Amino acid sequence: MPFELERPWRLDRQVAIRPEPFGALAYHFGTRRLSFLKSRKLLDVVRALDEQPTALAACRSAGVTEQELPVYQRALETLASSGMVVEHPASSGVVTKQAAHA
Amino acid sequence: MPDAAAVPRLVDHFEAGLDAPICLTWELTYACNLACIHCLSSSGRRDPRELTTDECFGVIDELQAMKVFYVNIGGGEPTVRRDFWEILDYATAHDVGVKFSTNGSRITEQAAARVAANDYVDVQISLDGASAEVNDAIRGAGSFATAIRALERLAEAGAPSFKISVVITRENMEQLDDFEALADLFGAQLRLTRLRPAGRGADVWDRLHPTQSQQRRLYDWLLDRGDKVLTGDSFFHLAAYGQPLPGLNMCGAGRVVCLIDPVGDVYACPFAIHDAFRAGNLRSTGGFASIWRDSELFEDLRRPQTGGACASCLHFDSCRGGCMAAKFFTGLPLTGPDPECVLGNGESLLSLLHDRDVPRPAADHSRRRPVSACDESPLAGFEVIR
Repeated sequence: MPFELERPWRLDRQVAIRPEPFGALAYHFGTRRLSFLKSRKLLDVVRALDEQPTALAACRSAGVTEQELPVYQRALETLASSGMVVEHPASSGVVTKQAAHA
Repeated sequence: MPDAAAVPRLVDHFEAGLDAPICLTWELTYACNLACIHCLSSSGRRDPRELTTDECFGVIDELQAMKVFYVNIGGGEPTVRRDFWEILDYATAHDVGVKFSTNGSRITEQAAARVAANDYVDVQISLDGASAEVNDAIRGAGSFATAIRALERLAEAGAPSFKISVVITRENMEQLDDFEALADLFGAQLRLTRLRPAGRGADVWDRLHPTQSQQRRLYDWLLDRGDKVLTGDSFFHLAAYGQPLPGLNMCGAGRVVCLIDPVGDVYACPFAIHDAFRAGNLRSTGGFASIWRDSELFEDLRRPQTGGACASCLHFDSCRGGCMAAKFFTGLPLTGPDPECVLGNGESLLSLLHDRDVPRPAADHSRRRPVSACDESPLAGFEVIR
């Protein structure tokens, strides 16, 4: 299943990020996995995940263009498959229900 | 194993150096209760100048500030330091994960429980034979039984991940499947690394390094296992056989890798304890970060390398000329082939150079007499009353 850009995501709490000239290193203290974010823009996207309502909004706020979007979607998919990026628990099912009531 | 989350060649970035190391080895002491014949750091006796507990905490503070995610602690036998667990706890409380190597002699039930309870600690038990016969010939009498007991204790304590770490030699190459079975038995991960001619390893390298045909079999075996067996990027010179093994496949010395030795000397890599690869000392330069970022040696290593005689070889892009330390300690030029070049170029060069000027390691802490308790601690046998 492709990465769902319209949903809320965030960096796993056990992930530490270290900016580097080429982008950043991401290390997951739980799985001991090291990933390389190969652009500064991807780093900006990942950092924006926490404060943006959806991954798409995070991409937009980091300046990802419509053309670039598929590349960033794939990058996020890779990060999600290794558990670096996770769905925002507080805002997944629960928020939808509340929104339905409102 | 690192994976790539998006877009161009990372190796080029890495060869130019990073803001902080990815893989930092920190040897806490030269003291060791064993005397393995291939010891990279020629360990045995404690060095009186070793970093104090507070100095070790200072190093960890710096690593935390530099966002070094984890440190590979070794020695000597790191657990013989009285403050070993204190240093380990300090590191993990400061966002620096710890992976430590041990011969297992001090992995008591209590120690195993401690490892199991700390999410940010991994341990690897060194084992250089899948049988006592092969292992003890390298690591000393009784060391196989000691390592196995440690593995049993870690498994019983429920440690979530621990490793069996093997240096591949001509003698244990025939035991690859046995090592794998042993790892499966304990639920451990298998890690194989290369025999380097560094430290006391220089004395045994000629007779113990794998033969060409063994290297080929090792490559096929590893390729078959993929990510399942770890190698610490040890065998990147074998990439010239075909496709690369998992890993960065480059010499990381001074670029993404370095070594802090027990007295605070910083070397380009754990296999290069020699003045030629010493970038500075923590104590005299005011810390690790400045050495990593500004030392002349590391800046030099981060400049584009020429490849020398190997540059015109078809396989240069795969093997990158091999391991710098392996060349250096066998007396080969750094711009030539690795002594274990899969095309045999290193071997022919070695046979031509009869009077090679082989460099000796900078520090030799080997014991020249039977083990005394004082080798491990200056206060051994004394009870300190506070």
